[in-house]
Amino acid sequence: MSKRIFYCCCFLLLLCTSARAQDELLSLLEETEPEETTLTPATFKGSRLINGHTVMTRRKGSLEFLIAHRFGRLNSGAYELFGLDNANVRFGLDYGLTDRLTVGFGRNSFEKTYDVFAKFAILRQQSGATTVPVSVTGFVSGAVNTLRPIDPDTEVPFSERVSYTYQLLVARKISPNFSVQLMPTLVHFNIVPENLSNDLTALGVGGRLLLTKRLSVNAEYYYRLQDRETDNYDALAIGIDLETGGHVFQLQFTNSRSMVEKGFIRETTGDFFGGDIHFGFNITRTF
Amino acid sequence: MKNILLVAVLLCTGVLSAQNPLITREGTTSFFSHAPLEDIEAVNDKTTAAIDFVKGDVVVKMLIKHFTFKNALMQEHFNENYMESEKFPAAIFKGKILTDEAIDLSQDGTYSVRVKGGLTIHGVEQAAEATAMITVTDGQVTAKTEFIARPADYDIEIPTVVVRNIAEEIQVTTTLNFSTTKE
Repeated sequence: MSKRIFYCCCFLLLLCTSARAQDELLSLLEETEPEETTLTPATFKGSRLINGHTVMTRRKGSLEFLIAHRFGRLNSGAYELFGLDNANVRFGLDYGLTDRLTVGFGRNSFEKTYDVFAKFAILRQQSGATTVPVSVTGFVSGAVNTLRPIDPDTEVPFSERVSYTYQLLVARKISPNFSVQLMPTLVHFNIVPENLSNDLTALGVGGRLLLTKRLSVNAEYYYRLQDRETDNYDALAIGIDLETGGHVFQLQFTNSRSMVEKGFIRETTGDFFGGDIHFGFNITRTF
Repeated sequence: MKNILLVAVLLCTGVLSAQNPLITREGTTSFFSHAPLEDIEAVNDKTTAAIDFVKGDVVVKMLIKHFTFKNALMQEHFNENYMESEKFPAAIFKGKILTDEAIDLSQDGTYSVRVKGGLTIHGVEQAAEATAMITVTDGQVTAKTEFIARPADYDIEIPTVVVRNIAEEIQVTTTLNFSTTKE
């Protein structure tokens, strides 16, 4: 009897030894595993939420080419093919100088505006050995309006054509599918009409919701804290991101024509809910 | 009866203490995808492994996020869209070395062995079998294996738009270097 139990024991032992031994090996490996910090990946798919920037910086050495279009207003009717007859375009290049520092420039046909920017990832959301709950990116851009003066005899000095935007982009990827971003903003114009201030502050808020791995819905809104009694409106945009291989396609509806920060944050003239909606798209290609 | 228990306990502890697994944390795993439109390569040089040559047990574990690509965006997509590395952080192989001749780590030699077990990628475990070369030189043990993994077997979805960019069969190579002399 006792012999039988003994053999049973031996047999059971042999049976489970193999699988158990491997699990033991695995836990041996895992015991000595150093605790690592994981940077939260892909808070947003692209470097642009819709009109404005996201916290995302390009990796060192990667170059991104952007083509963005905003068509005319949807409420311009069938004669203008709901705005499609009328397009303005921005071409741009973004380059990652380091993993944290991205610089770029572009040219928007709207008001023939040239812009340059730099963005720096101050904090990056991460978990593991060190935890950082949010990503914070500082953003600066300068824009030059190069439209010829209406009266060819007057000269507009360069300083009066220039404006600057400063932003602190704060984002958190709350879940793999949902990210939010806050964008406190300061837009400075060197020259403004008499009743307006040179500096305008605004608070932007935006987010993205992944519907599938490659499709997300994005929204972005900038609330201006001053100059609210002007004819301008707060910039509002709703869009989708569609990712295919090396491209990100962004399709959007917005009440802004401009694709430069100072333009859409401060100079949006469309009333979104009055139908002054521009259809548009951004296409990026990363090299 | 008491004796039997004693023997069983001894047997158990004997099994445990007989283990002298070799461990590395700096193994290399690379994969290569050859498709009509492009070739894609990535390397993970933080592959960890433990091999018990006495009993022939093998465990290999690597974190998906440690695979580096030339193209940063590709790396992001690999983690985000294909491997879902936030959800499934590691790939793990657990298996046994099948060999007729004993592997003697105290003498230089080369062994061609079969390794059989289960490979878990993207949260899906599949039976896997491959040939491995084990080389012993001056107390250094190198184990190298090459095998084919099919993304479809591991529920890794490849959308039709990139079907010509990503191969259906991915060639995987793992090289593990161990030192038998204790540090």
